[in-house]
Amino acid sequence: MDFIAAHDLDEALAAKAHQPEAQLLAGGTDLMVEVNLAHHRPPSILSLRRVEELRELTPGRIGAGVTWARLERNGHRGLAQAARTVGSPQIRAAGTIGGNVATASPAGDGLPWIIAAEAAIEVKSRERGTRTIPWNEFFIGVKRTSLAADEIITAVVVPEDVPIAQEFAKVGTRNAMVISTVSCVVIRGDDGFRVALGSVATTPMRATRAEEMINAESTTSQSVLDEFARIVSEEVRPITDHRSTESYRRHAAGVLAKRLVERSLR
Amino acid sequence: MNVTITVNGEERVVDVAGHESLLNVLRNDLDLPGTKDACEQGECGSCTVIFDGESVCSCLVMAADADGSTVTTVEGLSVDTELHPVQEAMLAEGAVQCGFCTPGFVVSGSHLLETNPHPTEPEIREALSGNICRCTGYGAILRAFETVTGEGS
Repeated sequence: MDFIAAHDLDEALAAKAHQPEAQLLAGGTDLMVEVNLAHHRPPSILSLRRVEELRELTPGRIGAGVTWARLERNGHRGLAQAARTVGSPQIRAAGTIGGNVATASPAGDGLPWIIAAEAAIEVKSRERGTRTIPWNEFFIGVKRTSLAADEIITAVVVPEDVPIAQEFAKVGTRNAMVISTVSCVVIRGDDGFRVALGSVATTPMRATRAEEMINAESTTSQSVLDEFARIVSEEVRPITDHRSTESYRRHAAGVLAKRLVERSLR
Repeated sequence: MNVTITVNGEERVVDVAGHESLLNVLRNDLDLPGTKDACEQGECGSCTVIFDGESVCSCLVMAADADGSTVTTVEGLSVDTELHPVQEAMLAEGAVQCGFCTPGFVVSGSHLLETNPHPTEPEIREALSGNICRCTGYGAILRAFETVTGEGS
């Protein structure tokens, strides 16, 4: 095994340009599970743990190497709520938002917030410099992204005007250490509600039909909210797998979205 | 490749082959079997160590990536025969059944006290939420932590 520990971003980008096949390692909470249990043996590994530039955290720019433990304390409200539900304290001390974005699991806990906030993914390569990829062009399939082989995710870029009324919730089989069955983020701004969901499609998705419906209404009466929940349940595209069924996921998506809209109004 | 790790205050050099975890190196190369090997996927907390000041699962740290790091294992928490206050409290409360999860709880708990000397009960529960006891002896474990933090007295 070829192991490279980059000490700064230039070194990491040079290594990735030279060896685009190198597997990136950040917190290790996804990769090491593959190594330990699936006997995944990437021939070369590029560690980003020592790259200080990736750990910078401001409201407008979340470095890819920022851990869940830091986001839990210092993140935007909805993202902090999501961070709080990731794994366990041990996982949150190691796992990073950049790793969550790179893994691009449909169940990634940070991803619904990213798409509800209309954040972008900043990536860099030595040859082509920086690309800032809108969320809807970045996540393209189950664990598939538009990141090129020689690129490294450097940050999540958050729009300055992201509204502060944000709510996250997820459904799972227990309280700690759980991969979500359905997760949801609602952000309420002057332009209305934004609704994003995880674990209900191949990628995290916006419930655009439900957003249009509720944003066209002048009130949020019970009947409006019930119709809103029904449309959320209808437009999600879940599957049945070992964690849950399609019909339960549809039901839970509607319930969560409605509940979070109500919470965001309090 | 040679990896240098400061383990329990002592600088150790290990020849790491391939993709093995810090957990394996601690147990198999450094003769520190107190850190337990169970799920190998970060779910059970029995392999918890303090890694560069953070409480993490050592099964999810690639040993090659631990070069230059500082690690404290359960062996590093007691001095000769003098146990860590968390260990004393767990003994006193009978918070040890089969004992397999105990080192993980001790390390997580010592880290909690280091970062938050007077945690509330919800904070204790939260700090221990990444450690699983298959004997389900959580009541006694919580009581032990409450005595050591002053929460229960």
